[in-house]
Amino acid sequence: MAFDYEQYLRVDHLPHIWCPGCGHGIIFKALLRAIHALQIEKDDVMLVSGIGCASRLPGYADFNTLHTTHGRALPFATGIKVIKPEMHVIVTAGDGDVVAIGGNHFIHTCRRNIDMTLIIFNNTIYGMTGGQVSPTTPYGKFASTTPYGNLSYNFDFVKLADGAGATFIARATTYHVKLLEKAIIAGMRHKGFSVIEVFEDCPTAYGRRNKFRGPVEMMKYWKDHCVNIEAMDALSLEDAKDKIPIGIFADRQRHEFVEELHRTARLAMED
Amino acid sequence: MAGPKFKTGLRLMSGNEAIAEAALYAGCRFFAGYPITPSTEIAEELSERLPQVGGFFLQMEDEIASMAAVLGASLAGAKAMTATSGPGFSLKQENIGYGCIAEIPCVIVDVQRAGPSTGMPTRNMQGDVMQARWGTHGDHPIIVLCPDSVEEAFWETIRAFNLSERYRTPVILLTDEVVGHMRERMFLPNPAAVGVYNRRKPRRLPAKYLPYQGGGSDVPTMAPFGGGYRFHVTGLFHDPTGFPTNSTEVIESETKRLLRKIERAYNDIVQWEELFLDDAEEIVLAYGCVARSAIEAVKRLRKRDRKIGLFRPKTIWPFPDQSLVKIAKRPHVRRILVAELNAGQLLLEVERVAGKYCEVDGLQRLDTEMIAPRQILRAIREK
Repeated sequence: MAFDYEQYLRVDHLPHIWCPGCGHGIIFKALLRAIHALQIEKDDVMLVSGIGCASRLPGYADFNTLHTTHGRALPFATGIKVIKPEMHVIVTAGDGDVVAIGGNHFIHTCRRNIDMTLIIFNNTIYGMTGGQVSPTTPYGKFASTTPYGNLSYNFDFVKLADGAGATFIARATTYHVKLLEKAIIAGMRHKGFSVIEVFEDCPTAYGRRNKFRGPVEMMKYWKDHCVNIEAMDALSLEDAKDKIPIGIFADRQRHEFVEELHRTARLAMED
Repeated sequence: MAGPKFKTGLRLMSGNEAIAEAALYAGCRFFAGYPITPSTEIAEELSERLPQVGGFFLQMEDEIASMAAVLGASLAGAKAMTATSGPGFSLKQENIGYGCIAEIPCVIVDVQRAGPSTGMPTRNMQGDVMQARWGTHGDHPIIVLCPDSVEEAFWETIRAFNLSERYRTPVILLTDEVVGHMRERMFLPNPAAVGVYNRRKPRRLPAKYLPYQGGGSDVPTMAPFGGGYRFHVTGLFHDPTGFPTNSTEVIESETKRLLRKIERAYNDIVQWEELFLDDAEEIVLAYGCVARSAIEAVKRLRKRDRKIGLFRPKTIWPFPDQSLVKIAKRPHVRRILVAELNAGQLLLEVERVAGKYCEVDGLQRLDTEMIAPRQILRAIREK
């Protein structure tokens, strides 16, 4: 039987604002299936976002939803999680939102290891404002503000999250949907801060400037270039050169911040 | 289990310590901040005190995150506060605007220091009067309270929380380095005797809840996230359901409601102190630390039979215009002297309100030192 998405959607607020060929819907659907698989009540889901295309997602989902300021979703979510630790707090963010204007919040949320799930919609471009270069746009690629090609290198979210101390790190793409769903489920189950980066497609703002004829070609790129981290070692150096590793990169345990905060309050009150 | 442990009785406290303790009295259980002189003692005090009453203290990565975390905590149902000073106050403005449009109760303490920019972190000024009013972009209401002593800092902190909860809006407690750092005798009351207001929760069923329906008071009820009411909050213009709207009619009516909910509550929000105004021909208008010198100067001049009085706004935004205009219109009032530690930020407002009825001039000091009583005496005598 087909999955009933409508049970989680605010149908009266559709259609959404996303362009044809946009990858957001694929990630959105994977998230809803993951929440369903985990049997979490709608009242217990807190969906938080910043500004950008991906940040409009919470408005369409029938959960507790908060659409904040540009880059600030993580500290807003932190405040909520501290007061309502029993809620499943999920942040949906675009690449520019979370690692340009919100970069400081990103590394520090990783460092604190707060039990929340961050899903990064990485289309390597600023879509909503019309295709400006992002910190994840690869070197040499074209954007409306890099008419001569991007002169700087892109962030690697996996390495950044790892260095900053996130305890669950995964990367999937809009082509590798099974992995995506599995990563979201594992990330939400994980006690601690989970970072799930999803490479996806913005044919409107990125693809057409960078010789992708359409969304299908962009999908094909992920299919041809992404290799699961576990299979990566088997590749020759030559074969591995232009490959992007995907999969689950880290799943480890460390003290969780909000739990510690509540324990501290309990002890201080008894004193 | 016993209730939260408050400090009580007679104490010697700084303004910053009084603000921290008052926040606990008012029911604050969440603080997020970032170190900045001269407000840091508030954070330090609360890092120890909040856990003792079952609350949470977070030192965030920056001022922006502190403001965001405070709004998040408030949306989840907690009373929340942050404290900062000039440069940090500038950084918070983006999310203060979010708090205004999304109608999120919270308290922001700005212990003013000399500026602009880094200025002189350890020195005193009152340069944030206009930033407190207009620091964030767009038309928005704001409440700003300005205490002049340690004791008043305590009570105005409680009032700041109560107003923010009653009107679903950020409230700024605008103090200054002098009030923040000076120590005075302070009697901490019995917590049971302190009036504390908590935000109104919806009584409607979740399916019928409209998070931005003003109702008779223009102030919507507020459900916490996670309380069974699944609603949407956004910084975009929204209609009473909370969802974004492009309707020009709704944008206008909702913006007007936002402004009106504070304007119509003037009598509840706006407070001031007056001294010897019954027959005063001259009036010194001062607020915050400068009011201390003004009171001294006015008392000395009264002893010399000079018909002088004092008008001290405790609420500076909304500006006490309705009250001041009545005073300025009195036939015996000749002059108002506005004494402040900036280049005339509140002077402009007093001119707007009283300029038609009497002479208005300013006494300003920009060297980071206090305006002393003798300076006010001199300014009065020179005329």
